Amino acid sequence: MMTDVSVPANPPFRLSMLIHDRRYRSLTFQVIVFILVMALFWWLINNTLQNLALLGKSFDFGFLFQRAGYDIPQTPIPYTADDTHLRAAVVGLLNTLIVAVLGCISATILGVIVGVARLSKNWLFARLMTVFVEIFRNMPLLLWILIVFAIFTEILPPPNAYRGEDPAWSMILFDNVALTNRYTSIPTLGMTNDPGSLDLGARITFNWATIAFVVALLGGWFARRAIRSRAQAVQDRTGDRPATWWKTLAVMVLPSLFLIWYFGLHLVPPSLQGFNFSGGLNVANGLVALWLALTLYTAAFIAEIVRAGILAVSRGQSEAAFALGLRPNRTMSLVILPQALRVIIPPLISQYLNLTKNSSLAIAVGYMDLRGTLGGTTLNQTGRELEAIVLMMLTYLALSLIISAGMNVFNASVKLKER
Amino acid sequence: MTKSVFLGTVAAATVFAGMGLAQEGSTLAQVKERDELNCGVNTGLVGFAAPDASGNWTGFDVAYCRALAAAVLGDPNKVRFVPTTGQTRFTALSSGEVDVLARNSTWTFSRDTDLALDFVGVNYYDGQGFMVRKDLGVTSAKELDGATICIQTGTTTELNLADYFRANNMAYTPVNIDSNAEGEQQYMAGACDAYTTDASGLAATRAAFADPENHIILPEIISKEPLGPAVRHGDNNWGDIARWTLNALIAAEEYGVTSRNIEELVRSSNNPEVQRLLGVSDELGAMIGLDAEWARRAILANGNYGEIFAANIGEQTPIGLARGLNAQWTQGGLLYAQPFR
Repeated sequence: MMTDVSVPANPPFRLSMLIHDRRYRSLTFQVIVFILVMALFWWLINNTLQNLALLGKSFDFGFLFQRAGYDIPQTPIPYTADDTHLRAAVVGLLNTLIVAVLGCISATILGVIVGVARLSKNWLFARLMTVFVEIFRNMPLLLWILIVFAIFTEILPPPNAYRGEDPAWSMILFDNVALTNRYTSIPTLGMTNDPGSLDLGARITFNWATIAFVVALLGGWFARRAIRSRAQAVQDRTGDRPATWWKTLAVMVLPSLFLIWYFGLHLVPPSLQGFNFSGGLNVANGLVALWLALTLYTAAFIAEIVRAGILAVSRGQSEAAFALGLRPNRTMSLVILPQALRVIIPPLISQYLNLTKNSSLAIAVGYMDLRGTLGGTTLNQTGRELEAIVLMMLTYLALSLIISAGMNVFNASVKLKER
Repeated sequence: MTKSVFLGTVAAATVFAGMGLAQEGSTLAQVKERDELNCGVNTGLVGFAAPDASGNWTGFDVAYCRALAAAVLGDPNKVRFVPTTGQTRFTALSSGEVDVLARNSTWTFSRDTDLALDFVGVNYYDGQGFMVRKDLGVTSAKELDGATICIQTGTTTELNLADYFRANNMAYTPVNIDSNAEGEQQYMAGACDAYTTDASGLAATRAAFADPENHIILPEIISKEPLGPAVRHGDNNWGDIARWTLNALIAAEEYGVTSRNIEELVRSSNNPEVQRLLGVSDELGAMIGLDAEWARRAILANGNYGEIFAANIGEQTPIGLARGLNAQWTQGGLLYAQPFR
């Protein structure tokens, strides 16, 4: 790498060699570009600081610890107007995460279904899926969010319509769910034998029952893996695979059933009290509209990725599978998809990142995500534009990098193992 | 070599940085050079600032912008109206996108100090109220416990609402919306039980409804909302011009100077205060960097404060606001222009 000017065979160093000598030229340009980029940054930062000083503003994050003074409709952790702007920002971040996680899951499921269906031999079905993809992929997401939200607002009734002896609307699913133009009111879970909560401090608590269920489900999953690998070992040794379905079903389901019985879990349906439904969980239409629009929009892209991934597996693979006597479903799940995943996962990561960042359009439907709290009301009430935007950018950056890192670990586990 | 390149870049960057700052300067000079006043207004609130059918901006706040343009540039039409939302307005002002902000903005301590704004006066004394449908059967804001309330995000009303409900030990669900138009749509669809904003804004919003008689504005006024035009901190001369243009409009009403009789008063008035206001005696205009007839032009643009009020939001208009607190101090109101002397 280092230029060896000491070698006697070389002519003595002259300045013009920086441009004309190939050995130095690339280095020269790199240094120049580096200096220019640094100068640009220095200028931007310096200009910002000077202009801030001219406006009489400082760069200071102290506002995060002042009283926020405004309310947020959806609070995953306890929050009141007396809390700090920092806590409001955390509430916003959690709301962003909620819609991002929900969106990624449903978009993946829908996207895979549509992507596979688009390759179906059924002409009509495949064409319908093409229409779906082209419609959702080719219109701006913001429009979809607004359209879905407007449909909810205009078609569904206000909670008032459920009132009275002979109401215009009645609750669905055995009187458990109420659809209104404000929210969808769903039942909450009640417990007759409440074990209390684990207090993590800062008024963040987890109910022990929730923790018990998570442990039960994780335990069931690991037990299922153990049962499967034992069955595999038996099969390798004897050629006979022992029946595992009832064992896996038992370890997956029985512990949960026991917990449901032990805690006395039951549904608490919402009921109309005063202006609104209470008792249940009111899922704001902003969230549902945002979730639905993000799902449909991203699913269209994921469908194309899945289709491309499947088409990337050569036809010989499925022909070979058929020749071995595998049915089409098994061929898809055992032969094609595992190979297609190698192609699918990397662009899928980008779609997850897009979805997470696109969720910042939430403000259009009044869903208070990070952009709505930190970048909206907090920014406005405190007037700390630069600080709030910088903080928001860093948060989204960190969030994206974490998602990316997680997905890369998953990618490493499914990619072609070269031995 | 590398070193000299570096120094050269630093020198160049310093020049650029200097250019970035060179844009700062007297707002008055900038406006005059541009020959146009950039005025931040509401994105559309009938009566205060909204484009009419032919696209001309009209309204109470718009009239102030025109008066200011007339005073400074001699032509009430040399205004570029920049629609701003509750979220963008102060950034638009502090970044220099607009020269003056006349957008139903409440004068508060933190905005005046921490946001580095200068409110030049109050052109409308307002308070926050609630609007509900008549068939809801609610007659007082105290009955709104548990209600869903539409609110414009980024406004003082958001904080007042939280305070009011806490103080009265009531619960509510906020629906945060971005603009008045969106709030109107949500409220009309019944997605919120009540819509809250400044009472004047509620009246203006209601006036635009197809069925204004089916909506009532509740009697409770839960806050003080002195609305006024604002300028940036730091340019005191421009602040003076904005302040005294507003004062000229208010004083003109007090002294009975209207757009109709102004020419006559210029010739015949014996009242020294009127003479000073209209630039007949004492060169007041020169003290703020304008000519002697600045106030005359400002008043001629849309008339005095009372005329502007009556034409845009007064009782003869669909908005139908009474003068109330916004009457002259001689009529039991709060309007009190400092003396022109």
